Amino acid sequence: MSVRSLPKATEEDVQRLERGYWKEKFHDIGRDWRLYLLFLPLFFFLVCWKYFPIASMVVSFKDYKADASFGGGTFTSNFIGFNSFLYLFNLPAFWNAFRNSFMLSFYGLLFGFPFPIILALAFSEIRLKGYRAVSQVLCYLPKFISLVVMTSILGLLFQTSNPNTGLPAGPLAKIFEAMGQRDLLSNPRAFRSLYTVSGIWTDAGYGSIVYFAAILGISPTNYEAARIDGASKMQQMRYVTIPGMAPTLIIMLILKMGQLLTVGYEKVYLMQGLGTGGATWETSQTISTYVINVVMTNSQINQGIGAAADMFNSLLSMLLVLGSNKIAKKVSNTSLF
Amino acid sequence: MATATKTLARAPKRNGKTKLEGSEIAFKIFSYLFVTIFALMCLYPLIFVFSCAVSDGQAVLDGRITFLAVGWQWIAFRNVIMSKTFWIAYANTFFVTLFGTIYCMGLSILGAYALSKKRLVGHDLFNFLLIFTMWFSAGVVPMHLNYQSTWVVLSKMGFTDQKWLIVLAMGMSAFNVILLRNAFDSVPIEIEEAAQVDGANDFQIMSKIYVPMSKATVATVALFYGISRWNGYFWAMQEVSNVYDQPLQVVIKTNIDVINETISDTGLTLNADGIAPQSEIYAMIVCAIIPILIIYPFIQKYFAAGVNLGGVKE
Repeated sequence: MSVRSLPKATEEDVQRLERGYWKEKFHDIGRDWRLYLLFLPLFFFLVCWKYFPIASMVVSFKDYKADASFGGGTFTSNFIGFNSFLYLFNLPAFWNAFRNSFMLSFYGLLFGFPFPIILALAFSEIRLKGYRAVSQVLCYLPKFISLVVMTSILGLLFQTSNPNTGLPAGPLAKIFEAMGQRDLLSNPRAFRSLYTVSGIWTDAGYGSIVYFAAILGISPTNYEAARIDGASKMQQMRYVTIPGMAPTLIIMLILKMGQLLTVGYEKVYLMQGLGTGGATWETSQTISTYVINVVMTNSQINQGIGAAADMFNSLLSMLLVLGSNKIAKKVSNTSLF
Repeated sequence: MATATKTLARAPKRNGKTKLEGSEIAFKIFSYLFVTIFALMCLYPLIFVFSCAVSDGQAVLDGRITFLAVGWQWIAFRNVIMSKTFWIAYANTFFVTLFGTIYCMGLSILGAYALSKKRLVGHDLFNFLLIFTMWFSAGVVPMHLNYQSTWVVLSKMGFTDQKWLIVLAMGMSAFNVILLRNAFDSVPIEIEEAAQVDGANDFQIMSKIYVPMSKATVATVALFYGISRWNGYFWAMQEVSNVYDQPLQVVIKTNIDVINETISDTGLTLNADGIAPQSEIYAMIVCAIIPILIIYPFIQKYFAAGVNLGGVKE
């Protein structure tokens, strides 16, 4: 190899080598100052609205007093160590809330996970373009209706009849009243079912998009080959469709498992409001709604206890997310982070 | 995706005619039934609510409506539309949605563009800062404390309007920033280099090249932000104490609770104008959904782009 064929160092490369490592870094920062300027607003927001609240979780170790003039405030209150956590861990209501958080999302996973997949399979089977488009649009729609409206509609559909005021039963409540089930909205035993079914109603259509895209990604020649080999529809699904969408299935399942402790508190909170005050708490109270319903509305309870409950929840869910992500990486070589 | 649909649709046809086996026909029938029933289930509550809003008062009182309207009246809608609080709430929601979306899109586009450049010193650290907020979120109490302290700062700066608190505080979600970042990332680097040779700086490259080239993702993210602002309830309920600054969702919830309470206190009788008291609840719900329904057909094609599993990897 002759010397001539080697690439020539440009003037810039020489300059680069002459500068030290840090000098070069500073040079790069100076060169990209516009990019830093672009990032600044987002950075400011992250610090103020994401990291500052995380920092103020320190109140879970404190005897929080709101009044700053008497030695209160988020960062100036006195430390009391793990007392808030010990208080919570000795509280049956807290463990009940913990169990409910887990159960609600577990049921959501158990029944909510297969449903969008079946829906996507059914969508892929419909060959009438217009029919499919219209039904897809209708199925996605509930996702975009606000939770307030969604729970209000739920309340109206399951409205229980009241002979004293003459209030008629809602159309779905009529069916259940005929079966002897009255006042489902205040019945703790019905809460989980209502939560799960309404969750399927809002999320299944929208959730099917991912699986539908995965099914469309399977090469049609695979089906052709399977048909020539005499595979029935069930066999085609078992040996072509399911393996074809396996990466998507696995990653979605693992991600959902990572969210087992992150229950949306807004929906639970609104659904609790449908029944008579606190009637469903036995099965509906999650950790977040425990904080909202019990800690934040009661000035006798130190807010540090609420922060401790939040911290417990956030830490556990972070461990779940990271753990499930690690498993996803191992199993399918795909991961979200 | 469109081409994939086409080939899939053509797949089972050979020599121009479709020959389906028994199990395939069975599954096809099942599919049509399943999809149709689910789509109708998604539609039914909305039709029911609308029917109750426009039905005759006595029919609503007797609970005779299960699907279509019985009788016809617009009084409930008129009452809702004529009330001043409703329009104030509507204007507040519009305000929060408009400024909230502009603010979030500004933050997200600028930040995502910077994060998509791997040459940036500290690129990994900044990405970690963003992604960490997806793993670990401060709970309700710390957020509440943060809202309160922000409001103290804002009112010292002379803000009297609590809507701004909601606009500023709701901010961005890490997931949306990552969607944008990945879209910017997929623009070939040669284009940026060519623009640099032509003397464009980062601001120009971003606004004139990257944003137009990632139009679909930008639209999707704007849509996500807009809908989450329009539908936002909990923090507005918790933090906006001034009744005249409350957005629509909060006002609807309050009004529904008030009407339900009146019914259980005084019993169920027709209002003075001949409609059932519940009809106003239904009318309010319909009015809250209508804007979503109007823009929905135009935006629904962007959904698929928004949910791709592109991954947050970096």
